[in-house]
Amino acid sequence: MADAATAAPEVRPLVPHLTLGETRDKDYLNGTKCTTCGAMYAGPRLFCSKCSGEGPFETVRLSGTGKVYVWTIIHQATPYVKAPYIAAIVDLDGGVSINTNIVDIEPVPASMKFGMKVKMFTEKVSEDREGNSYVAYRFRPA
Amino acid sequence: MREVAIIGASMIKFGRYPDRDVSQLAARAGNDALKDAGVTMKNIEALYSGNLYQTSGSGQRILQQMGQTGIPVVNVANACATGSTAFREAYFAIASGAYDMVMAIGAEQMGKQGLLGSRGDPATSLEGRVGSYMMPAVFGMAGMEHSREYGTQMEHFALASVKNHFHSTQNPLAQYQKESPLDEVMNGRMIAYPNTLLMCCPTGDGAAATILCSMDKARQFTTQPIKVAASVLTSDPYTDRDLSMPDINTLTRNAAKIAYEQAGLGPKDLSQVELHDCFATAELLHYENLGLCADGEAGKHIASGAPWIGNKIPTKYAEDVAPFADKSYKPSTTAVVNASGGLLSKGHPLGATGVANIAEIVFHLRGQAGGRQVEGSKVGLAHVIGLCSACTIHILTK
Repeated sequence: MADAATAAPEVRPLVPHLTLGETRDKDYLNGTKCTTCGAMYAGPRLFCSKCSGEGPFETVRLSGTGKVYVWTIIHQATPYVKAPYIAAIVDLDGGVSINTNIVDIEPVPASMKFGMKVKMFTEKVSEDREGNSYVAYRFRPA
Repeated sequence: MREVAIIGASMIKFGRYPDRDVSQLAARAGNDALKDAGVTMKNIEALYSGNLYQTSGSGQRILQQMGQTGIPVVNVANACATGSTAFREAYFAIASGAYDMVMAIGAEQMGKQGLLGSRGDPATSLEGRVGSYMMPAVFGMAGMEHSREYGTQMEHFALASVKNHFHSTQNPLAQYQKESPLDEVMNGRMIAYPNTLLMCCPTGDGAAATILCSMDKARQFTTQPIKVAASVLTSDPYTDRDLSMPDINTLTRNAAKIAYEQAGLGPKDLSQVELHDCFATAELLHYENLGLCADGEAGKHIASGAPWIGNKIPTKYAEDVAPFADKSYKPSTTAVVNASGGLLSKGHPLGATGVANIAEIVFHLRGQAGGRQVEGSKVGLAHVIGLCSACTIHILTK
């Protein structure tokens, strides 16, 4: 087993509900469906908080498109983030809502409409001290 | 279960106390509450300590200031509902008959980071990269949901700051006691749309304490025992978006229904409410969650003057408010909301807030609220909601 000092740097998803492909255009959002009650979640689950069940669970691929449910524009942000930026809850087509940045649009209220269609893409957002890269998803107007 | 009375209540002025540790702040409030009740540490059979940042051992450290009498200590953490959950445990201690007199103290030293602080290795932090999880963003989005559904305007939310800052000028215990007219709120620095700086609660330290005993013994200690008519705690039930977008409404509605049933009264019977206005957007949502007005009417409700002290818009603000009021709207409740100035003026020392709201209601019910006194106050409701989530509601009666 390679020790930490010599392990090759990895490319990792920033969140567990993002599955990385060989190239960025092959990345997708993964989710879980509870086969007992039908509840759908972003990411993997061992337990269902809707029916208290322990599965069986079905791994599903979530849609890369959706509609903006609500949004806000953050002006006072943590130091490593460029502000102002838009954060939104997106209802993905076919189920599951996620928290995301909306980019490629001016971060002002006039840019945003409730229900506007958006689509996902992914990009590297950070690197840690060991040189591992982290990829996150964001959404842009469709 | 037997009836429970509050016989002592106190709150320190919220603000910055860099030269004090949180146990000292708590002990100040605790000793003041003991004096208020006319009892000593010898009478207190158990301590319930609400503190979020240094939960473990917080109560013991308070006793190391107030008197190490060896009593049972329970240290409580429940997000913003920390203090009120500590109060609720104290309530059960008496109601169950397990103890005859207990104390609940909520205290917090916030440090500099306030509600915007981030933790963890920046490379793996989700904040700002995969949406935002900070309080201003969460409550910004919650307000936007109301705008989406009902067309509520930013000005309606901003009126919560105008009202509460106006109320705070009469509250010497509030961290800030400064009015803010509508244009000042609207034009302030944007934090997370639609909440500007004055629509966010400030950061500060604080503490509050209450002494509880059984109602049948209360008159040995006070001529004005305050009855705990309802004590409710809920968490967030499963709803479709809850895991991504914290649902602050469903659990509050659930708690309100149970509280009104326990107390045997309804929103029309309330003289006043101290609710969780961590952000101006939150205040309006809770008018509806607590049944102070019908769904969708929160904007009209605040613009009508109903939740202001005196149930009217102060003359100096009348012209500014007029464009956002609906003359045909008739408020069905007259409960004054956040006579204390709310979290928007007091600040939000996390562990202290839940006990401070209760103490505030006690002051009014006893006629001790000075310049902010709600005239003839008989029934008060104290509400807190912490994310992740926990909602407490207490109804207190004279």
